[in-house]
Amino acid sequence: MKSTSSPWFMVQTQKFSMRIDKRIPLVLGLILLISFIILVLHVGVGEYNISPVDVLNTLLGREVGDKNYHFVVMELRLPRAIVAWLVGAALGASGAIVQGLTRNPLASPDLTGVTAGASAAAVLLIIFMPEVPKEWLPLAAFAGGILVAIILYMFAWRSGSASAGDSPIRLILVGIGLSSVLGAFVSFALTFGDLWYVQSAMMWLSGSVYASDWGDIQSILPWILICLPLAFLTARDLNALNLGEDVAQGLGLQITIRRGFLLLLSVALAAVTVTVAGIIGFVGLIAPHLSRRLVGSLHEGLIPASAFVGGFVVIFSDLLGRTIMAPTEIPAGIITSIVGVPFFLYLLWKREQV
Amino acid sequence: MSFLQAEKLSLSYDTVSIIELLDLQTPSGEITALIGPNGCGKSTLLRGLARLLKPQHGSVLLNGHAIHTVSTKQLAKELGILPQAPVAPEGITVRELVAQGRYPHQDWFQQWSNADEDALQKALTLTNLSSLSNRIVDTLSGGQRQRAWIAMALAQETDILLLDEPTTYLDLAHQLEVLDLLVQLNAEGKTIVMVLHDLNHAAHYANHLVALSAGKIVAQGKPEEVITEVIVKNVFHVECQIVKHPMTGLPLCLPTKRIYK
Repeated sequence: MKSTSSPWFMVQTQKFSMRIDKRIPLVLGLILLISFIILVLHVGVGEYNISPVDVLNTLLGREVGDKNYHFVVMELRLPRAIVAWLVGAALGASGAIVQGLTRNPLASPDLTGVTAGASAAAVLLIIFMPEVPKEWLPLAAFAGGILVAIILYMFAWRSGSASAGDSPIRLILVGIGLSSVLGAFVSFALTFGDLWYVQSAMMWLSGSVYASDWGDIQSILPWILICLPLAFLTARDLNALNLGEDVAQGLGLQITIRRGFLLLLSVALAAVTVTVAGIIGFVGLIAPHLSRRLVGSLHEGLIPASAFVGGFVVIFSDLLGRTIMAPTEIPAGIITSIVGVPFFLYLLWKREQV
Repeated sequence: MSFLQAEKLSLSYDTVSIIELLDLQTPSGEITALIGPNGCGKSTLLRGLARLLKPQHGSVLLNGHAIHTVSTKQLAKELGILPQAPVAPEGITVRELVAQGRYPHQDWFQQWSNADEDALQKALTLTNLSSLSNRIVDTLSGGQRQRAWIAMALAQETDILLLDEPTTYLDLAHQLEVLDLLVQLNAEGKTIVMVLHDLNHAAHYANHLVALSAGKIVAQGKPEEVITEVIVKNVFHVECQIVKHPMTGLPLCLPTKRIYK
């Protein structure tokens, strides 16, 4: 490592070199710490209250007085907390990629309809092809998301001019339109599908991490572990794309290929969350905005920070959802929307002012 | 020294042909200015030279090789392009912007070498931006902002730099600030090809002028060969008097009236 008067420190080995903003490790560490505190609270509260100290001891594998603690913490509550965080992380990173890709601060996987496409595809699979094993859900969701992304690209994003690109509002309008069409499609499927499968689909659509288990973690973690590092390594492509198409091409970026690759990553990250938590809205919008304040606008910082902030937002929302009206549970997706809608309106209003 | 030329180059947007069968040689080590009225195809030509626009026919040659046969990354190490009025991402600092110029020198795993850092420092020094390197680009003056973009193109370390109207939207002092910088870079060995609107700036800051009209080259050569009453009249439909600048001896165009066809 070599330090200069610059705001970066450099990691340089033979195989790998990178510059990293000094704020990034600090910010990531802090968010992780806060997330962990929330996780301990999250796992502790409920019908069966467990003190934070006992939660910590159980997590660390130490003996605690009550033998039920181990089961409640490790099997019932911890997976849910972890799934909440992972879902948020995937959505946050996906949002950071989409916003960078479209140079559109209003874009996010849910507002563009990508998550709606993913969930419609998954619902169709659950209701009309129940014989297909559950392991196929992420792939179906991914395919649905990709389909929406392609439609978006054709109708809203194909840049006619070489300059700043299309209107940010247009992308969102087409996205919202697509979401309603897909929503209608899902309602249709729910109305006419077999009741048994409809029920399982409904639970799944609610935007909740309710009843998540280790199996859910197993099914989404590989996607995240593959996509996030790839996104981190291709952050420099996003940085270049953010300078405008002409500049990016002048810098030697293969625009279509790199854009397609990043789009795949962002759809994969968003789609996989749908398969365990349904549509949790606005996280992909909020997390990158907060992160930009924390680590600046280069994507090697923005992507990990958005992931961590997204994780924090969802686990915190789920904690709130479980506690504010206990014993009734409010799905995390409703909490994120309650916060997200005003935030979205604020962003719109701010754009109008400029 | 790199050498950029166009051979029977035809460029078009969709079906609208802008430039047809154009031959051009840009002298290496010099400053070439492309001049002409709005819509004459000068920006299109520059975009074609920078491979931002695919030729319909013909080709652009760099050191004798057609640029579309060279990988875009390899080309980016030899040829830099600064489009007209680029927009910096919100919140990006000067240093972060300039660092993007290193893109073609990096790959997935080598993202910031010592050579990258050296090139960054050199570009900041050349453009006199070292003390502003941690400032947010949006907070700079127009001239400083344009210098930051030029610094980004310098960090790319190319022999040739193409610029599309680098002085647009700048006031006179900032225009001269940018043009002086380009002359200085040229003195240090960089070949510069740029689109300029102002004939007097072109005459004073470029050593080779190319006048375009309706997608064709009407005249090219030294400033005193191109800035003449007849050529200005043909190209811009403006009557003018050409006088010698009392200090530099270079041609000064004093327009008198527009000619309506």
